[in-house]
Amino acid sequence: MTLTVIFAILFYLATALFSIGIIRKIVIYSKTPQPLKIPTTPAPTTKAGVVWRLTKEVTVFQSLFKANKWIWVFGWLFHVGLLLVLLRHLRYFTEPVWFWVNWLQPFGKYAGFAMVAGLLGLWARRFLVDRIRYISSPSDHLMLLLLIAIGSSGLVMTFVSHTDIVALKSFVMGMLYFDLQMLPSTVALLIHLALVIVLMVIFPISKLLHAPGVFFSPTRNQVDDVREHRHVSGWSAKP
Amino acid sequence: MAADIQAPPLREYPTIPVIVENTMADSKPYMATPAHQESLGYPGELVDNWQDVAVKKLGELVSGSRALQVFLDTCVKCGACTDKCHYYLGTQDPNNMPVARQDLLRKVYRRYYTFAGKHFPKLVGAVDFDEEVRDQWYSYFHQCSQCRRCSVFCPYGIDTAEISMAGREILDVIGVGQKYCNEILGKVHVIGNNLGLPEPALVNTLEGLEEDIKDDTGVDVRVPVDEKNADVLLITPSADFFAEPHIDGLIGYAKVFHQAGISWTLSSYASEAANFSMFIGSKDNLKKVAMRIRDAALDLGVKRIVVGECGHAWRVAYNFWNTLIGPFDFLDPRYPAPQHICEVTYDLIQRGALRLNKEANDHRRITFHDSCNVARASRMGNMPGGQFLIPREIIKACANHFHDMSPETIHENTFCCGGGGGLLTDDLMKLRVRGALPRMEALAQVVQDNDVNTLIAICAICKTQFAKVLPYYKFQMDMITSLHQIVGDAIELDTTH
Ligand code: HEM
Ligand code: HEM
Ligand code: SF4
Ligand code: SF4
Repeated sequence: MTLTVIFAILFYLATALFSIGIIRKIVIYSKTPQPLKIPTTPAPTTKAGVVWRLTKEVTVFQSLFKANKWIWVFGWLFHVGLLLVLLRHLRYFTEPVWFWVNWLQPFGKYAGFAMVAGLLGLWARRFLVDRIRYISSPSDHLMLLLLIAIGSSGLVMTFVSHTDIVALKSFVMGMLYFDLQMLPSTVALLIHLALVIVLMVIFPISKLLHAPGVFFSPTRNQVDDVREHRHVSGWSAKP
Repeated sequence: MAADIQAPPLREYPTIPVIVENTMADSKPYMATPAHQESLGYPGELVDNWQDVAVKKLGELVSGSRALQVFLDTCVKCGACTDKCHYYLGTQDPNNMPVARQDLLRKVYRRYYTFAGKHFPKLVGAVDFDEEVRDQWYSYFHQCSQCRRCSVFCPYGIDTAEISMAGREILDVIGVGQKYCNEILGKVHVIGNNLGLPEPALVNTLEGLEEDIKDDTGVDVRVPVDEKNADVLLITPSADFFAEPHIDGLIGYAKVFHQAGISWTLSSYASEAANFSMFIGSKDNLKKVAMRIRDAALDLGVKRIVVGECGHAWRVAYNFWNTLIGPFDFLDPRYPAPQHICEVTYDLIQRGALRLNKEANDHRRITFHDSCNVARASRMGNMPGGQFLIPREIIKACANHFHDMSPETIHENTFCCGGGGGLLTDDLMKLRVRGALPRMEALAQVVQDNDVNTLIAICAICKTQFAKVLPYYKFQMDMITSLHQIVGDAIELDTTH
């Protein structure tokens, strides 16, 4: 029971830090003025064009694809794997489980491997490529290690030593409805959850801010229409 | 050519070089004198509490710029940009990898403005702003030509140019500015152009130019200055008034206006398109220098503004003028925004208003260098990528032999000439020669495959830089040619005019 209470408290805290942190950052990004137009050209000349440009950046990592095929392959594997895994995890948070989440289960199950494989590839580059070794600081290594550990502990539960999913789900739903239920205490699960808590806490104070940040990058999200529409903001709005 | 500076060897199949630390750590431009500094509103020399002033300024800059805010937070150190900078490729110095250059500023930002950097500096590589870091800033923020090539390839569009502009602004504010940029800006404020060419000298030069054209062609082609109520005010880099090959471009503009029957004028008050304030990230100077253009246009009562061949000036004109000195409601509604001279010429060619003899350029086998600020920081025409199409279409309308360099070195992938961003000074010659390597390799390819003998550019900095570095790579210095020189050569002037 103590374990359940500790984890529940930590989850509440982590959720609070995560949400407040991210919202705070998004507010800062949207409130900070961008005084001049600086889109990297050729840039779209309409808003719809910008939406399309950003969609390509977020879904297929277009610029990264142009830049470096290895980073792209590993990075894309990791992110798509992560996305599927997270969607699959929705089954712990919804009752009844949404039909498309059910539909994703078989793919999601193996997506964990893609995710970890991508992470390992990215990590290998941090050792093998001299340029990337040079720019890596300890936090860059630890971030990958953390995600690999979350992924592998998850995979262990999925394929090696199963956890009581039904009990886990009632613990999760219990937290959502403030009606605490026992947390099944398998080692793999406890490790998995502890690391997820760490991930949530560091998200808003680390480079993981790239996820919200990419939508605010002026070189990518500005419309190239400054000759037609006078742009002023921040210091440029002052006479 | 300085004897002690060697160009790196051209490689037939360029590969990504390995890093060699500190090859360029001693590259530092001359410092601005107190007089240069003060004329721009900066302290004359290093202020006593420079650390506090710098950190405070950094905070102000970041909270006033979404670009900085996002760029400093989001870099994931993926490494995609590491082999994209011509200065890294030419020097192998790891601090010339865009992400490493950003990190010089990011590590300070983290230390003072982020939770992780304040409490776990070692973990995230955060450091105090000390003398060593200050020196690194001075060295490596003056090894960035602000060409934005890195921003094309970064998954978040992180633009190292924005970072180096901020870094230079902070250095200026604590009293350690760069001589080249700050001295030139002083001249613009006081005399009106980068060269410090006063009005009488300018008028004289232009009269001489009219005589030259007359001798050459037998036609009275005018190069007017300060003519009230002309239709067009031409704002062009002052190098066009005297330097080779720039001046042949100016003759080309004059012939275009002449044949199209457009009345035009230069301004002795605003006799400079360049605005080096952008290079040093100074918003106050940026606006002040730009305002001269508006004042001159209103004073002369012109209906159109046209900008000559200059890369960063076109960025400022295209992207910043409307913001800084707009709205341009006093211009002819048919030409409501300042235009590039290439847009004007292209338009006239489309309308059949120019008589061009392509054979006049038959001795030229041409390739075209996309200038960074035109390619990645502005546009021509009414569709994205017009900045690539229009100059090439002009060349093809004026000449029979045109060959593009390899695709990964043109259009938005273009490699900087090596001298942009306020680095076009002799005290940075080693950097300039080495930074030109990727462009020279691409050029060597078309020279070998297509016998190219003419390198065309539409930027005053590119032209000067190429004239200087081509010989280091065993090319003829006079390969570099203004776009409007070949236009001028192709135009068949009407002698009965
Ligand atoms: C809008 C959503 C997101 C987009 C568009 C995005 C995009 C990218 C891109 C383009 C990269 C660089 C290539 C690479 O190394 O993979 C990257 C790196 C990274 N992303 Fe994301 N990402 C998103 C969300 C996330 C989330 C939610 C996480 C974590 C939970 C994450 C974790 C990472 C990590 C750790 C790296 C660095 C990998 C390395 O060390 O090389 N990303 N992301
Ligand atoms: C409250 C949050 C989370 C809970 C309660 C949770 C729980 C679980 C459980 C019980 C499994 C085993 C599934 C099975 O046996 O079929 C699992 C697997 C997995 N988890 Fe999590 N997890 C959470 C968050 C995360 C996060 C944030 C990540 C990624 C960064 C992640 C990555 C994985 C992976 C890769 C697997 C293995 C593949 C799969 O079955 O989908 N988990 N997780
Ligand atoms: S802007 Fe250009 S010069 Fe500066 S770091 Fe990026 S690629 Fe290099
Ligand atoms: S490409 Fe962008 S995110 Fe990747 S290391 Fe370079 S600056 Fe950072």
